[in-house]
Amino acid sequence: MNFEEHAAKSLILHQAGIPIPRGILCKTADEAAQAAQEIGPCVVKAQVPTGKRGKAGGIKLANTPQEAQQVAAQILGMRIGDYTVERLLIEEQARIVREFYLAVLHDTAARKPLILFSTEGGMDIEEVAAAKPGAIRRLPVDIDNVPRARDIAGMLEGLDLGAAEQQIAQIVDNLYRAYRTRDAELLEINPLALLGDGRVVALDCKFVLDDSSVFRQGDIAGAGSAPPMTDLERRGAEAGLKLIQLDGNVGVLANGAGLTMTTMDVIRHYGGTPANFLEIGGEAYTKSEIALDLVLSNPGVKSLVINFCGAFARTDVMADGVVKAWHKLKPKVPVFFSIHGTGEVEAVKLVKDELGIEPYDFMEDAIQAAVKAAQ
Amino acid sequence: MIVRKKDRVVVLGITGKQGTFWTEKMIAYGTNVVGGINPKRAGESHVGVPIFASTAEAAKAVGADVAVGFIPPPMAKEAAVSAAEAGVKLLVVLTEHIPAQDVMAMHAAAAKHGTRIVGPNTAGMVTPGECFVGIMPAFVPSVFKPGRVGVISRSGSLGTLVCLNLTRAGLGQSAFIGIGGDPMLGTTTRDALEALDQDAGTDAIVIVGEIGGGMEEAAAEYAKRVAKPMVAFIAGAAAPAGKKMGHAGAIVTGNIGSYAGKRKALEAGGVVVVDTPAQIAPAVAAGLGVRVTARM
Repeated sequence: MNFEEHAAKSLILHQAGIPIPRGILCKTADEAAQAAQEIGPCVVKAQVPTGKRGKAGGIKLANTPQEAQQVAAQILGMRIGDYTVERLLIEEQARIVREFYLAVLHDTAARKPLILFSTEGGMDIEEVAAAKPGAIRRLPVDIDNVPRARDIAGMLEGLDLGAAEQQIAQIVDNLYRAYRTRDAELLEINPLALLGDGRVVALDCKFVLDDSSVFRQGDIAGAGSAPPMTDLERRGAEAGLKLIQLDGNVGVLANGAGLTMTTMDVIRHYGGTPANFLEIGGEAYTKSEIALDLVLSNPGVKSLVINFCGAFARTDVMADGVVKAWHKLKPKVPVFFSIHGTGEVEAVKLVKDELGIEPYDFMEDAIQAAVKAAQ
Repeated sequence: MIVRKKDRVVVLGITGKQGTFWTEKMIAYGTNVVGGINPKRAGESHVGVPIFASTAEAAKAVGADVAVGFIPPPMAKEAAVSAAEAGVKLLVVLTEHIPAQDVMAMHAAAAKHGTRIVGPNTAGMVTPGECFVGIMPAFVPSVFKPGRVGVISRSGSLGTLVCLNLTRAGLGQSAFIGIGGDPMLGTTTRDALEALDQDAGTDAIVIVGEIGGGMEEAAAEYAKRVAKPMVAFIAGAAAPAGKKMGHAGAIVTGNIGSYAGKRKALEAGGVVVVDTPAQIAPAVAAGLGVRVTARM
């Protein structure tokens, strides 16, 4: 789950004792003018949970309230990535002397947290990694401990940080603690800036909350941004199902992420195009009734593949849900079944008896028939 | 990581609905389930298995080589750490959606105590005709039969399909190793490949991979020294870039973990990469120089 900059700064950085610029969140150009009146020369920043805001024209300087109002009017309503700008952060301007990059994230290969620091702040870390890999310092951390002061000092050594080094070391420590207590998947300050007055301040912040930790981060999860979704995807999310609507015409209802992706691959292999990704694996296998409703509600669907291969997911339970939904929805498009694994005998019988449809012996045959029917 | 009939298995969360269902299936198939864990029901027995308050107590009383957990995500870390501390050699973590930082803590505890974790988010392991641990349909005769092909899979559902196709072609399996769909796994594709390479009962190896992460690439490096025939299918060729497809590990950003990159690496490692699951069995048969009994 992504957070907008203002939420990441106030909920995470400020709470962790990391300095941030004075800022006011606004929803209209008039509010922006008022905020600029209070703050003085300011930066008007589009609040959307995605990168490249500056390049998209979503971050502009304003020296007077009038300018702030004009700039705010331009930025509000702008499309950046998949988002429309509805909020602005009005922040005091900073006199930047040096820019740094600091982040804590999961090193999935090492299976432990990793702190990254670079003196090449202000640009994408991927670009730094490509252009100047030596400019990125890495500090792996033992999950059962916090980084030791001397390890942080070692990471910052030789970077000519002068008086800022103490402040940065403290920010590294605080940021790591925030990463741990807030179940961050990524917590990034870019740039972390040394200002003309000698202070080190976080000018931007990216916070991604681990989706699996939302249950224990309830006090902040509500401030996170919902990913952009189609109406159908939202209906899926409300039912607790991960649905991705695609632009093809062969609907997919399969259990398990691996089998679902494979069904999509085989649709493509036979020259068809999948209309959706929808997974009812894991505990969600009992939701096949609503799942069938969802895939049939996609207006692009011309045929449907129902591909069950039960391990944990019992095919008899899934088939039962499909049959129930079928009697209510009475599908208008041709549907092709392939059913194997746990509960297959009962499931196949159910589909034959209740729907009068013979499931295919081979998944590939069911998919090929569905691709043909959709053409 | 190939489970055997002699391995003493304890089931964490044995008294829940899924724990009960799958423990009965495991016992019926031949798995040596020696105990279950539920602190509130210690001293009782459930589906014919004695219940202990902790993995440590079970280990002391009946021995515990393998622990398998039917544990909801918020409690998964604590259960796993206790099992590692109790000295189990193999810990099978079925749970999906465990907080990532809890997963890291589990791996740290496992490393400290010399425990191998399989998972998280695995469907478990099957040794056809002998035993199984987890939530795989080992007991469905159309899916699994004893034989000499080792199968490694990140996905339970797709792994089931692949074993079904092998069985239909007359190719039984020596072992199915479900490594799991999470981004941070205790046992990687490479680890499983090494185990099957060293297993005297395995003559050919099937790798069922997925887009995302770098595990197939790492396995491809190891594959260069494997003499047994290897066949791979990688799911996700048609997946749109940048979208999470259920398994958090299956996210592609840039070129890292892409279908093309994995295919190229595996082929360079001497692995035959096929386009659809139905092509796996014929490719294995060709590698072994045997005729398949079902249609191609």
